Amino acid sequence: MSDTQNLTLVQAVRDGLRGELARDDDVVVMGEDVGKNGGVFRATDDLYEEFGDDRVIDTPLAESGIIGTAVGMAAYGMKPVPEMQFSGFMYPAFDQIVSHVARLRNRSRGRYSVPMTIRAPYGGGIRAPEHHSESKEAFYTHEAGLKVVIPSTPYDTKGLLASAIRDPDPVVFLEPKKIYRSFRQEVPDETYTVPIGEAAVRREGADISVFCWGAMTRPTLEAAENLEGEIDVEVVDLRTMSPMDTETVVESFKKTGRAAVVHEAPQTAGLGAEIAATIQEEALLHQEAPVKRITGFDTPFPLYALEDYYLPEPARITEGIREAVEF
Amino acid sequence: MTRNLFDRAPDDQYRILDTDGRVVDGASVPDLSDEEFVELYEYMKLARHFDQRAVSLQRQGRMGTYPPLSGQEGAQVGSALALRDEDWLIPSYREHAAALVHGQPLKDTLLYWMGNEAGSEIPEDVNVFTPAVPIASQIPHATGLAWAAKLKGDDAAFLGYFGDGATSEGDFHEGLNFAGVFNTPNVFFCNNNQWAISVPRERQTAAKTIAQKATAYGFEGIQIDGMDPLAVYKATTEALEKARNPQEGEMRPTLIEAVQYRFGAHTTADDPTVYREEGEVEEWKAKDPIPRLEKFLRNTGRLDDERVADIETAVEERVADAIADAESEPRPEPSEIFDNVYAEKPPRLQEQEEWFEQVREKYGDDAMLED
Ligand SMILES: Cc1ncc(C[n+]2csc(CCOP(=O)(O)OP(=O)(O)O)c2C)c(N)n1
Repeated sequence: MSDTQNLTLVQAVRDGLRGELARDDDVVVMGEDVGKNGGVFRATDDLYEEFGDDRVIDTPLAESGIIGTAVGMAAYGMKPVPEMQFSGFMYPAFDQIVSHVARLRNRSRGRYSVPMTIRAPYGGGIRAPEHHSESKEAFYTHEAGLKVVIPSTPYDTKGLLASAIRDPDPVVFLEPKKIYRSFRQEVPDETYTVPIGEAAVRREGADISVFCWGAMTRPTLEAAENLEGEIDVEVVDLRTMSPMDTETVVESFKKTGRAAVVHEAPQTAGLGAEIAATIQEEALLHQEAPVKRITGFDTPFPLYALEDYYLPEPARITEGIREAVEF
Repeated sequence: MTRNLFDRAPDDQYRILDTDGRVVDGASVPDLSDEEFVELYEYMKLARHFDQRAVSLQRQGRMGTYPPLSGQEGAQVGSALALRDEDWLIPSYREHAAALVHGQPLKDTLLYWMGNEAGSEIPEDVNVFTPAVPIASQIPHATGLAWAAKLKGDDAAFLGYFGDGATSEGDFHEGLNFAGVFNTPNVFFCNNNQWAISVPRERQTAAKTIAQKATAYGFEGIQIDGMDPLAVYKATTEALEKARNPQEGEMRPTLIEAVQYRFGAHTTADDPTVYREEGEVEEWKAKDPIPRLEKFLRNTGRLDDERVADIETAVEERVADAIADAESEPRPEPSEIFDNVYAEKPPRLQEQEEWFEQVREKYGDDAMLED
């Protein structure tokens, strides 16, 4: 039995980074404020002291520069782990991500590849200023060549991050910052992996399958508990948006015949639509009701005085599940 | 008028007042009335007090994350006072004092940082652009605004602010490059406060100065003492004048690098003790723009104890009133989330709003709010 530590999600990020930095000299952590400051969320705390500034690198304030140079570094055989300080500030690098990170393997017929892991805190719920709270996982999921991972527990965070860094392809690793510090979990000291591409059934149920990820997993479980005795809810945490574990999604749906998707991103062209379409294509004859989407609104993320209203919370999730079942 | 002000090496820092408030050899003070000199001081005092109160409100949980400006009053007030009403101010997220000088109500600045959309409503007759949180993203906007004014034949000038960190972004390069190519009436004002959160200026560029970058875009750059409000005022005034009325062969845009320091944290979410030395802060405090201007005004008979005390009282009252006003603003209605997304609300958004209101009614407001 290996030793464990009781870690928060953000501590599990750091523990995962430390493990991979120690394991492989080609791994470098780079970004704005990741070095001396240990990251604005302290996700890289002390790594600079431990590994030095050739491995944990404070860069100029330039997202396109960070990702663009990381493309070159990765193509040359390194494994960069760039941090985007907030996912809302990833857009200057969007050109590099979609034009090059995602498709260098394809464009060079396999000669070059980009084994990088782009980490970014994402999502709302921490009373942050404008542009700090968006959930844009759909952008990256829509892009072929990228893998997209969103953990919801400290254990998964460390294991998925290790898988991402070791993965031969680029991974966008979105960290739900609302739950960075809201709970702890026992996490093994040694390094381990949790496979990319596998969803986790967090709660078994017979009446409806509810699909969620990241910070939405906990309010969804709470709604499921609220409905105990009334509706038997199965909760599936997708963990990977791309490649999506459609097998687990479809299996669960075939069992329950009803589904809801919970995400904090806006509804239109969000991943709820992708999941609903997959269900239609693969299990239409099991379908008892339309798939209910319980999501953020098709609006910009509001300033924080109204963010609680924007985010799907147990009341909205509970009602959405009821509607899907009572159809 | 001669414009030899910009005729100097980019690292030949322009200054009028030394740190003791004395006029340095060979410098001439700007052509301001006594009242205008005192107004400059008043605004700086107002900015300092506002800033201290804002940080304290944040600590008390009455405001969200807030970016402090103390140390930068000379740069913000000195530059914004150089604007005419018809000129435009394009801020980053830290120009509370500059925006105030150009007509943005204090109450709105408070509301914005209190997370209330009501604070984003800029009065129609105030030419202040919406604050930009994504670093450097406002720089091309400043160029575009100025370009449009030039195409329409208006003679306004455009003063855009950003930090030293912003000069690393592509948007900085693209914005200044366009300004040079289209010779737009812009003044690009870099608040070089030495740090972009924890990353020092030396990690943003290997160039000796930021001012010298202007050369690459084909226009003038000047480094000034950003904690000398008179130098700031003078340099900005001349740069704005050049933007509006360039002389034969002169380019309109100017890059001003105002060398300064922010005394406090980057934002209230930041802890600067992790990355900078206390001694450094003390060194810069000796250059504090407020006592520096105060000494000059006292030495030249424009200010005395009584006037200073009156100003302090007036400043405290004004800030207290703005806070009371902002805090008595009703909590925004959730329906505001759905407003101003489009000129006309599309049916799908209407449906989302209606469903949300149904759930809210059925489950109650408390169920929807985090405790
Ligand atoms: C595009 C982008 N990247 C990252 C951030 C996060 N961030 C906010 S302020 C800041 C440092 C800005 O430094 P500087 O431009 O020097 O301005 P200062 O805050 O010092 O006035 C960073 C990295 C952001 N807001 N936008």
